[in-house]
Amino acid sequence: MIRGVACPLAFLVVAGTLASAPLSAQTSPPALEPAPAGTRATTASADPRVGLKAGLADAGVAARNLELLANVPKPAGFFDPSAPAGQPNPKVTEDSEKKKEEEEAKPGATPATPPWGGLNFANSDLAFSGTHLFVGNFNGFNIYDISNPSQPTLVTSVACPGGQGDVSVHGTLLFMSVEQTRGRLDCGTGGVEDPVSKDRFRGVRIFDISDVRTPRQVAAVQTCRGSHTHTLVTDPADSSHVFIYGSGTSPTRSGDELAGCSAAEPKDNPETALFSIDVIEVPLAAPQTARIVSRPRIFADEKTGAIAGLWKGGDHGPGTQKTSATNQCHDLTVFPAVGLAAGACSGNGILLDISNPVAPKRIDDVSDANFAYWHSATFNNDGTKVVFTDEWGGGMRPRCQATDQATWGANAIFDIVDRKLKFASYYKLPAPQTAQENCVAHNGSLVPVPGRDLMVQAWYQGGISVMDFTDSAHPKEVAFFDRGPLDATQIITGGYWSAYWYNGFVYGSEMSRGLDVFRFTPSDLLTQNELAAAALIKAPTFNVQRQDRVAWPADPLVARAYVDQLARSGVLSPNRARALGAALSAPSGGNVGSLATDLEADAAAASKVDAARLTALAMVLRKLPTSGG
Amino acid sequence: MPLCILGVVPRLSPSVLVVLLVLLAAGPGRPTFARQEPRIVQPGAPGQPSRVVTAAEAGETAGARHTPADVAFMQGMLGHHGQALEMTALVEAHSRTDAVRTLARRIDVSQRDEMLMMRDWLTRRGEAVPDAHAHAGHSVPLMPGMLSAGQMQALTAARGPDLDRRFLEGMIQHHQGALTMVETLFATPRAGQEPDIFGFAADVEADQRMDISRMRALLEEIHP
Repeated sequence: MIRGVACPLAFLVVAGTLASAPLSAQTSPPALEPAPAGTRATTASADPRVGLKAGLADAGVAARNLELLANVPKPAGFFDPSAPAGQPNPKVTEDSEKKKEEEEAKPGATPATPPWGGLNFANSDLAFSGTHLFVGNFNGFNIYDISNPSQPTLVTSVACPGGQGDVSVHGTLLFMSVEQTRGRLDCGTGGVEDPVSKDRFRGVRIFDISDVRTPRQVAAVQTCRGSHTHTLVTDPADSSHVFIYGSGTSPTRSGDELAGCSAAEPKDNPETALFSIDVIEVPLAAPQTARIVSRPRIFADEKTGAIAGLWKGGDHGPGTQKTSATNQCHDLTVFPAVGLAAGACSGNGILLDISNPVAPKRIDDVSDANFAYWHSATFNNDGTKVVFTDEWGGGMRPRCQATDQATWGANAIFDIVDRKLKFASYYKLPAPQTAQENCVAHNGSLVPVPGRDLMVQAWYQGGISVMDFTDSAHPKEVAFFDRGPLDATQIITGGYWSAYWYNGFVYGSEMSRGLDVFRFTPSDLLTQNELAAAALIKAPTFNVQRQDRVAWPADPLVARAYVDQLARSGVLSPNRARALGAALSAPSGGNVGSLATDLEADAAAASKVDAARLTALAMVLRKLPTSGG
Repeated sequence: MPLCILGVVPRLSPSVLVVLLVLLAAGPGRPTFARQEPRIVQPGAPGQPSRVVTAAEAGETAGARHTPADVAFMQGMLGHHGQALEMTALVEAHSRTDAVRTLARRIDVSQRDEMLMMRDWLTRRGEAVPDAHAHAGHSVPLMPGMLSAGQMQALTAARGPDLDRRFLEGMIQHHQGALTMVETLFATPRAGQEPDIFGFAADVEADQRMDISRMRALLEEIHP
């Protein structure tokens, strides 16, 4: 039965991919010349992403500098066989319903198919641990073995509906967000009978995944507004526990169901469930005792202490965006190494000091007249910049059409100067999308190329775009992958939820089409040396909302990556380039030490970015094991 | 499903694919893999064991099906939003206060957007889509917060500051009614659990709550 449903789909995808495009990249260079660095990668009219054929499995494909290695369609039980893309069923008449019921009553008939897709089975966020990839889904999650990234294999499907199913992993524990009112404590699919019920679950589930073939639920921490997303927070001072920051964004449940829950305005009930996040402490030796330990009022007015201290909702004047009110965070991204968190909190972007993880303290907040809904945040590797995304239209609307403003539904890049957020620029997917493609900025991660700030990012049906924001005032695209719409005539919510780098590959969670794996193909915009340097970084685990600072080893590949970047910026004199070439091809000979000193001297006259590269290069040269010196 | 693994390697030529499809169809003699079969597990409540389930069980969406209460909510909300458009049209026609006009336009846009979603939701489920203008005084019961025929007449006749005040007060009452409708939805057995309506009701709640606080602030500004 499983075979009957899933295999044809798998083959269709293969056939579709063959018919459409990026395979040529395997044997020949990409068909399109890369745009020169420093300009927008493409113009709309020339962009190969325009005019792609629609289809679930046979959509047209356009790619630049990203090569699709594998597509694994969603497994049985995680899509509606009658509407695998999640598209709506045609109007159901009473007659056809009756016929269907009669068919199903026959012995040996296939079981009832769900009536429609919607978001019941959409894939959501990704988490990684060792050679396992966890793909969240509104219906549970799926565990893949990615020992061979170009051939991921499904290990276990876990059925446990409730949406959104965002996942994080830590050791043998997996955390999952649940917000919908149909969620059940026992992972049942039947919904909940009573409006007030002990069976309902909305909050953060904790699974023991020590046996990936049989995950077990060990705890379920109920929260007032459920958990739309969550953030794993490690405590640098105590590794015996972790914290989960739960972000609830949906309606507050009644106090009858969960004591203390209230959706009242602060003036009517100072203990309202609005205007906070849930801080859950998880003792690793006894995860079953996990509980909420605080609900910090991180939006409070600094002077008056009023808990509703930030954006009240509404527009910012004529011609501006209508921005949601700040009574919740959608996402929090923590960077424990620098003691900071960046919160994308509905109406504001905020910066938090999390040196005490139980009591995060707001140190700055910004608003933006072009942002509708502050959705997610990503630090750069130094912790000196934050990329915030604006999920204008909630992710279900086609907001990347040619007529849509480039500053709406975009990324906003901020520099962190003296622990304050300073706006630098916007970045939006450069290729216009159709009215049938839901598209807006969504989840992404850094690509650890030394000397550059790169972020690979999902844009729903806008595909995947890789942004270089090394110069925070002038971000530019360096790679992309895009398919045509799921459907030619109507909009079906789908596309990439997340696209993250993990140990040399890019993994995309496609809501309807399943799991995609990519690798970068080298180009002028991103060279083989830069990619090889990034691939030196091996993370044992990866949760996108908990960032670690990457440190590159003193490896010749890292040096070559810097050399490529300096050559790209045109700051290496012919002499210097020759000397570097000689030093890196035969590091034991020559005077590497004095070359390093020269590079450091060059840094004085270079731009800030290139000066940092020159200095880093000099340091690598000195540390190269065979450099003598 | 061992053969499906082949489906993830996008490097096969079409002819190879045909061969594979033939092999698949042939059944016996298909290649075997040492890899274990993927399986579907459904965890129990915390502390309880997990059990292996079939794909049909995992994909069962009985708990996600819409109910008559969901349909009534959507149909009622359509009429509710329909009245909001009549109110914003009066501001557009007669108000001279920029802040109120802008606010009314914003409300107009978002209510129209939501009405499209409601019609779409009902149509896709084969449910009746009511005429959004069949409300006050047309023998259809008013949804919570909707302005009475008398209130609508007064608003229609009002001009100047009186119009702005009546509009803001009326729209606050109107939006509070929407919040009541959402609350009632979630307080009804089995209602509001279908994922699309859950998401929609959550959006309505957040949006109208925000509009209410905006309108209260505006009311204080122009009528301190």
